[in-house]
Amino acid sequence: MSQTPIEPSPATTRAAFLNGLGAAWRSIFAYVLVGNYIGIGALSYEFGFSLPWMILSTLVIWAAPAQVILISTLTTATLLEVAIAVGLSSARFLPMVAALVPLLKAAHTRQFQLLLPSHLTAISVWVEGMRMLPQVPRAERVPFYNGLGLGLLSAAVIGSVIGYALAARLPPLLATTLLFFTPIAILMSSARNSTTLIDRLAFVLGLVIGPLLAAQKVKLDLMWTGLVAGTIAYAVHRLREKWR
Amino acid sequence: MNFPMEPYLALLLIGFLPSEVWRWLGLLFGRGLDENSEIILWVRAVATALVAAVVARIVLFPPGALAAVPVEVRLAALGLGFLAFLVFRRSAFAGVIVGEAVLIGGAAALAP
Repeated sequence: MSQTPIEPSPATTRAAFLNGLGAAWRSIFAYVLVGNYIGIGALSYEFGFSLPWMILSTLVIWAAPAQVILISTLTTATLLEVAIAVGLSSARFLPMVAALVPLLKAAHTRQFQLLLPSHLTAISVWVEGMRMLPQVPRAERVPFYNGLGLGLLSAAVIGSVIGYALAARLPPLLATTLLFFTPIAILMSSARNSTTLIDRLAFVLGLVIGPLLAAQKVKLDLMWTGLVAGTIAYAVHRLREKWR
Repeated sequence: MNFPMEPYLALLLIGFLPSEVWRWLGLLFGRGLDENSEIILWVRAVATALVAAVVARIVLFPPGALAAVPVEVRLAALGLGFLAFLVFRRSAFAGVIVGEAVLIGGAAALAP
């Protein structure tokens, strides 16, 4: 078997990108993101940021928790404090992107071609990408993922503009349902995504250990939860392989 | 110290950079790894557990208006939403709709 790198034709690349874009809008996350970012748009209005700044913050940060931190603390905390809080909230991207890269790259993929997919990686895009990519031909995965990511990113931008326009007119009960969108959609999509013991175990352990560490006021609790729960899930998987 | 006149500079320096640097590190770390390698299995488990912890955090220590809904209602909405997901042939839409309905119903019923 030859391992000659075969670059897909521009037409194939375009079709894969459009497939990704379509998959984004068929995903429940497109609608969750619209809802979630309505809240963030309203928040940035309340804190006095301009609409172009708000849109740019979604395009360049593309991480809802980091954006909420930046928007709500920029006017009150020191710059260093804000930068550290943003950095801590986004540390999850390291293992996510690292796990994505081997699934994404083909023999002909250059490192710079992975810059856009890695920037487009947010929880929603990652969860959907990890689920869908195995069904996409390897040579078409980068354009497919770019389409998926840009589709979901555009949903977020649309939501943030709506929220900015609606601003303080949002009734509290509606705000509640929008905020609940994010956790329940991640739960559903991860459940659909988890077919192996290690995935399921990691998710359930994360649900249990996360609040325990947070209640103990452990610093960097999200990172520690990932490391502890992920390592236990991996260890159980290894033991099971051994006993087989 | 803050940047009232330079919100765009602040966006790039303390919004974009501290967030994006983790993605770049992930690219460096993931390069040269095989998707079925043992380390990627572990890294993937770590990332999955982290995502689960984010879910737990939002439900148990919620932001803004969601905090006004009692924690029992929030947990019931998550649990019944998951049950609906299982009952309706693993449909994410069904799970989200049932979960949100339980949340609204519970919040309205328990409102003072």
